[in-house]
Amino acid sequence: MHPQVALRPEPFGALAYHYGNRRLVFLRHPDMVKVVKSIGEHPTVRDALNATGVEQSRWPAFISALSSLTTSEIIRVR
Amino acid sequence: MSVENLVSQLKSGLDAPICLTWELTYACNLACVHCLSSSGQRDERELSTEQAKAVLDELRDLQVFYINIGGGEPMVRRDFFEIIEHSIANGIGVKFSTNGAFIDKKNAARLAAMDYLDIQISLDGVDAETNDAVRGEGSHATAIRAMENLCDAGFGPFKISVVVTRHNVDQLDEFKALADSFGAQLRVTRLRPSGRGADSWNDLHPTNAQQRHIYEWLLAHGENVLTGDSFFHLNALGDPLPGLNMCGAGRVVCLIDPIGDVYACPFVIHDQFKAGNVLDDGGFTKVWRESDLFTELREPQSAGACASCGSYDACQGGCMAAKFFTGLPLDGPDPECVGGEGEKLLSSVPVALIPRPSMDHSKPARTKVTA
Repeated sequence: MHPQVALRPEPFGALAYHYGNRRLVFLRHPDMVKVVKSIGEHPTVRDALNATGVEQSRWPAFISALSSLTTSEIIRVR
Repeated sequence: MSVENLVSQLKSGLDAPICLTWELTYACNLACVHCLSSSGQRDERELSTEQAKAVLDELRDLQVFYINIGGGEPMVRRDFFEIIEHSIANGIGVKFSTNGAFIDKKNAARLAAMDYLDIQISLDGVDAETNDAVRGEGSHATAIRAMENLCDAGFGPFKISVVVTRHNVDQLDEFKALADSFGAQLRVTRLRPSGRGADSWNDLHPTNAQQRHIYEWLLAHGENVLTGDSFFHLNALGDPLPGLNMCGAGRVVCLIDPIGDVYACPFVIHDQFKAGNVLDDGGFTKVWRESDLFTELREPQSAGACASCGSYDACQGGCMAAKFFTGLPLDGPDPECVGGEGEKLLSSVPVALIPRPSMDHSKPARTKVTA
């Protein structure tokens, strides 16, 4: 996760705000929040998804969402 | 979660607002004819520096990421820098709207040195004639000077904020070019019949043909032009404009006025849309989470007279404030309904039944004394 990003818990998941580029992003599932919070602790996205217990059938959706979070710099590639 | 589910979740309200506008003062050096808050003179009940800081501390605890500061002219307050510095130091980014009168070289340098700060300079005409007719004599030159000062100080991309009217709607390309020339970002918003706008709306609001032009222009420019989601009533014309396409009043947005009263949105300064005051027991948090008004606004809203219209899902019936201050029922068409349904009703509203803003801080009109 980008150091300038803050997460605010909400009933649907969380709001993510990037203080640098001022982007506000909706994380629309509690599992997505868990992945974003912990992604930095894992060597690969696959490991992060495994560790947070996301079923394999949902991986494509998560990977596509994570990719758009990279575009908005909420998370970034090491 | 789908976009529809997200929007329905947002409509039922969040634990804290996403977008909070805070008008710091009713005092203003200008007297724009469309001022949403009928500003001019300071209200003696204005929140003190300490009260303002206490509100900011509460917003920090609620994890409000940023606030939109306005007025009046917020830089009129002597503690303006103290307040915004306190906000930013507490992790609440600041975006403030100004007419630029107080952005001299010294203040521009001070502003340029701050992080998490955005500035919107209001300008309602690319030329002085168009702008000054709405914002007052000399206000175009003042705004341009402020932009030059920010540019010279290396502030970075500030925003130029335009209220679209019948008279400047043909200047959208020129506004964009002006913004580009400063490395600035253009923001265009909808004229509302609120505050003194109630008296100027008839003469200033875009015609239906102009609304189509605005819609097509915004669609062509996409996310490069900011709108504060203010034109969702135009979505009935075709593909949706960027944004959430919903009225956020009391659900994801609200207004704190200079004396601490909390309203559903910046366009409805009227007792009917007042939820409480930040100085009440429980503070802003209780007003946001528990007030009767906000609870009611988070209930599913009726489409009323618009229910049978095929465009309701696209336009959502338009803007609550625009309906209210033109005397139209809240569960019917927007006065600027692109299908013309609002316009049909306007002529039948008795003038006596059109609500007036609850407060007016306009300066008294000056009369020339002749010997």
